[in-house]
Order: sequence, then structure tokens, then C-alpha cells
Amino acid sequence: MKILVGVKRVVDYNVRVRVKPDGSGVALDGVKMSINPFDEIALEEALRIRERGQATEVIAVAIGPEEVQTQLRSALAMGADRAILVKCDAAVEPRDVARTLLAVIGQEGIGLAILGKQAIDDDAGQTGQMLAALWDRPQVSFASKIDIKDGVAVAMREVDSGIETIEVDLPAVITSDLRLNEPRYIKLPDIMKAKKKPLAITDMATLGVSLAPQFKVLKTDAPPQRARGIMVKDVPELVAELKKRGVLS
Amino acid sequence: MSRVLIIADHDGKRLGGGAARCVTAAGKLGAAEIHLAVLASPGGPIAAEAAQITGVSKVLVVERAENAHPLAAVLAPQVVKLAAGYEYVLAASNTFGKDLLPRVAGLLGVGQVSDLMSVEGPHTFKRPIYAGNAIITVESPADVKLVATVRTASFAAAAGGGSAPIEVVGTEAALPAHTRFVSLNAANNDRPELQSAPRVISGGRALGSAENFKIIYALADRIGAAVGASRAAVDAGYVPSDLQVGQTGKIISPALYVAIGISGAIQHLTGIKDARTIVAINKDAEAPIFEVADVGLIGDLFKIVPELTALLG
Ligand SMILES: Cc1cc2nc3c(=O)[nH]c(=O)nc-3n(C[C@H](O)[C@H](O)[C@H](O)COP(=O)(O)OP(=O)(O)OC[C@H]3O[C@@H](n4cnc5c(N)ncnc54)[C@H](O)[C@@H]3O)c2cc1C
Repeated sequence: MKILVGVKRVVDYNVRVRVKPDGSGVALDGVKMSINPFDEIALEEALRIRERGQATEVIAVAIGPEEVQTQLRSALAMGADRAILVKCDAAVEPRDVARTLLAVIGQEGIGLAILGKQAIDDDAGQTGQMLAALWDRPQVSFASKIDIKDGVAVAMREVDSGIETIEVDLPAVITSDLRLNEPRYIKLPDIMKAKKKPLAITDMATLGVSLAPQFKVLKTDAPPQRARGIMVKDVPELVAELKKRGVLS
Repeated sequence: MSRVLIIADHDGKRLGGGAARCVTAAGKLGAAEIHLAVLASPGGPIAAEAAQITGVSKVLVVERAENAHPLAAVLAPQVVKLAAGYEYVLAASNTFGKDLLPRVAGLLGVGQVSDLMSVEGPHTFKRPIYAGNAIITVESPADVKLVATVRTASFAAAAGGGSAPIEVVGTEAALPAHTRFVSLNAANNDRPELQSAPRVISGGRALGSAENFKIIYALADRIGAAVGASRAAVDAGYVPSDLQVGQTGKIISPALYVAIGISGAIQHLTGIKDARTIVAINKDAEAPIFEVADVGLIGDLFKIVPELTALLG
């Protein structure tokens, strides 16, 4: 079984993004970029499935500009067998990402796709579920545990009311939640090895996908800021303050 | 005039808190009719709850045995059938809606607006990106069915007391057998529900253990508050995952939020920005949580929390 893992290049989670004063977007110049943390978790899970002998190959797939090769090299250093970059300089909506991944799935004969449950830039949280719909296969969103056996995945999902366990036939799409695993650290020799691993570059046209964006972003604003509050010196003062504000009686 | 279809969130037994907030959002679309669809088995009790939300013109119930547990792969083809004739399809941006709606959008061949936080016009909406550090205004073409999840913290729940008609409808949609429910390990909990509670007491990594976390529960119980937690506290196993507040947990808007031993990482703050009053208790005067707190108290939580609980008794 081949596993596809989606890799998105995003602003590193430690960076506090700033909205450009002219409202045209967020300032990305010189900002540290990384693999979307959920995608790292997805990749780690794929690697563990392969290491247990339940998959033959892990393929990291990214869509984006030339620079995304940096993140794909990191994915290879973590342990992906090969990588595919679908070159595209335009912003791609989740639906088009799903259509593109579906084309790769068809080409590669993928048995399991693991994506992050959301990307921490646009926070859309759509791609995995849309891909599952287009592929007409099961989805496990927000997975926190995956067991694979005999063509079936039994997975736990973090839902608002607790932990749900479902069983799906493979092929399927799984999206990773934070507690699925803790991604491994990349060691120096792995970085050297990754340089020799195959990284294929293709584009949408070759895959037979044409972009069909639906939404127009009219502007980007900074969120309203909360005013800095007051400090109290002890518990009685805290209680008095909360009573004064009417939030405690 | 347009029509809105809201897919009611539920856990198989009870209506979730998101539907009434979606109704408020739908009311801003200038639609002629707002219909609430309940896909459940049994559907009756949930539909009866749904019918009481004011502003709902009709409740549609699809009661198929397969709907006993909300599985997106099973519900989505039915929602697609129901969605014909509606300009808008909405659901709450909780795990129910986040799982289901993108699959619906995929089947419909359209995109989705996630976490819709304000309606600027019938086809123009605001939504947060980068953990709420930027807000974008997006426009969708008027002739494309708009599928959106609604950021529940941005809309008050529509009032109860209504009595919308309930209509049982069938959908002939063929349902997949490839996805099967096994079990739900529900945090059985007599405490107020985190997402709708007017008061929330949250603890962070500083609590140090599940045992120590009991002082948070004790304080919460004293004032009838729900309990929340940071990711670090959940990861460390002090509390179950459904208590996580933040970018990847629950987004909440209580009247009172008390963050105890929580540093205030941006991913956590995303979840509490809409709280009316934020209180921070932390021993580090430089903790970022104090930048957003309305009331701050510097000190050792192990001393402060028991004192606070006692004083409120
Ligand atoms: C992709 C991604 C998504 C994330 N999503 C979320 C999310 O949804 N929600 C979330 O919460 N986090 C999330 N995080 C994690 C987030 O970045 C922080 O790591 C986390 O919120 C820290 O939790 P904490 O504040 O409990 O712990 P810490 O940051 O370790 O803070 C502990 C605080 O306790 C204080 N303290 C220690 N001892 C005492 C004492 N005795 N008395 C009083 N104060 C004390 C310290 O001064 C410190 O400020 C996410 C991270 C990533 C990368």
C-alpha cells in the first residue's frame, strides 16, 4: 500500500503574523516558513504505518511555488520515500487542492491519504473531507489514533463530546489531530540522505487539473484588539472587581 | 428571496448548541426562509428541540436507521439531496459541522467558507485566518450555492419559545457502507457544557497533574462554571481532549473566562477572544495572557485558587 501525505508550506507557528497596513494581506516577507504542524503529524503517522510493515511507500505531495521544495526536503529527511511538487504560484483554494491530490492519487494508485486536519495559515479545515468526497471514499477527520488491519482502519477521532471510534474500509482519507503522535526530530545524516531522494516536479496542467477559484478576497484586516485590563493585588480584590463587573454575584 | 438550510448539530440524542447560533447568522442573510434539517434516528426528540428555536420556518427530519450516529460519509449524500432549492447550506463550526460540510461541498462541487464570523452582504462574509490574527472579507459569486460553517462564538444563540412545523422527509440517497460507527467515549459529565457555558474556568500546564487539576474543578463547581484547559494540559493527560480551548480545540465566548496557569499562546487566545471578561492568574508577570486579560492577578495558583474557592463559598 502506498500512502500519500499532503505537505503545506505555512508561516511557522511561532511567528506572530501582521496584517499589511493597506489591507492587501499579511506580511510574509522574510517570515520563517515551515511544514504545517498537522502535516508533520500526518507524515509521522504514515512513516509509522510503513515501519510496521503495513505500507510500502510514503509519498509527500505539496502544491505551491518552487520554494516549497525546502519543506518537501524536510519531509524526505523525516523519512518520506519520495516527493512530488505540483508547481503553482497562485493561491489555491482547498477544493482545488483536493482536485489536484485526487489526480495524484489516481496516477499513483494510493491506498491511504493522510492530511493535516487544518493548515494553520488559512485555518479552513476542508481539504481532507473534500478529497474524500471527490474520491468517493471514507474519511476520518481529527484522528487521534489509527490502527490498520486487513484493509480496514479503526480510528479514534477527537469530537466535541469525547472520543469517537469509527471503522472505515481502505482506501480512505485520514486527517490528523494534534494528539495522533509526536513527530520525530530530523537528524543530520537524514538531511544528507534526503538530498538523494527523488523529488519530482509537475504542474496542474500535466495532472489535467485547471484551477477554478470561487472566492475573491476583498480585504484583510487586523482583528480588533482587546484593551489591556487592570491588575489586582490579591484574591479579595479580585472577587470585588468581578462582582463590580457583574460577572460574579 | 433566498432560502437557507441549516444542518442541525447533534450527538445522536440531543440537539447541539450550534444550531441556534447558525439561525442567528442565517437571519443576517436576508433570507425568506430558514429551514433546520435534523438527520438522526430517532429524530423526533432532536427535531422537537429544534422546532423551538425562534426564526426557524420549518424543521425537516430525515430519520433513517443509518443516521443513528452522525457519520459524515453517511449524512453528506442526504444533505446534498436536501440542499436542492436552497441558496445557502450552513452548519456550526464544531466537530460535527467541520467534519460534514466540506464533504457536502465536495459532493456539490463547490467551495466552502469556514468559520463565517460576520455577514457583510448576501454574498460577502468575514472569516478569521492565522488563528484569528487576521480577518479576511471574502466574496462568493451570487449564482453558486454558498456552503459555510458558522463560527458559533460570533453569533448569539437565537431564543427559544418558537414552534416551527416539523416535516418528516425521506431522501432516496444511496448510502455508503464503508464507514461504520464503533463507539463514543463521551466525557460523562454533569458539569455545564464548555461551548455554551456563561462561565469557564481553565487550567494549564502549571497544574502539573490530573490530581492537582481537581482544584480547578472545585472552583468551577463553586460558581457553576464549565471547565476548560490548554493544549499542554490535555497533552499531559490532566484532562480529556474535549476540554481543549483554542485554535484546534473549542472556540468559546463565555461572559467570564478564568485562565489559571496558562501562558496565553496565540493558539490558546484564539479560542477566548470573544469572552466578555477574561481573568488571568499566573505567577509570571510577563506572561502574554496578561496582555489580553481584563483582570490579572500575579501569584501562585496553588495558593490563589483554594483561597478564591473558599471566598466564593
Ligand atoms: C498547531 C498548533 C495548534 C495548537 N493549538 C492549541 C489550542 O487549540 N489550544 C491551546 O491551548 N494551545 C494550542 N497549542 C499550543 C500552544 O502553542 C501552547 O503550547 C499551549 O497553549 C501552552 O499551554 P499552557 O499555557 O498551559 O502551558 P505553558 O505555556 O507552559 O504555560 C504555563 C503557565 O503557567 C504559569 N505557571 C507555572 N506555575 C505556576 C503557578 N504555580 N502558579 C501560577 N502560574 C504558574 C507559567 O508562568 C506559564 O505562564 C497549539 C500549538 C500548535 C503548534
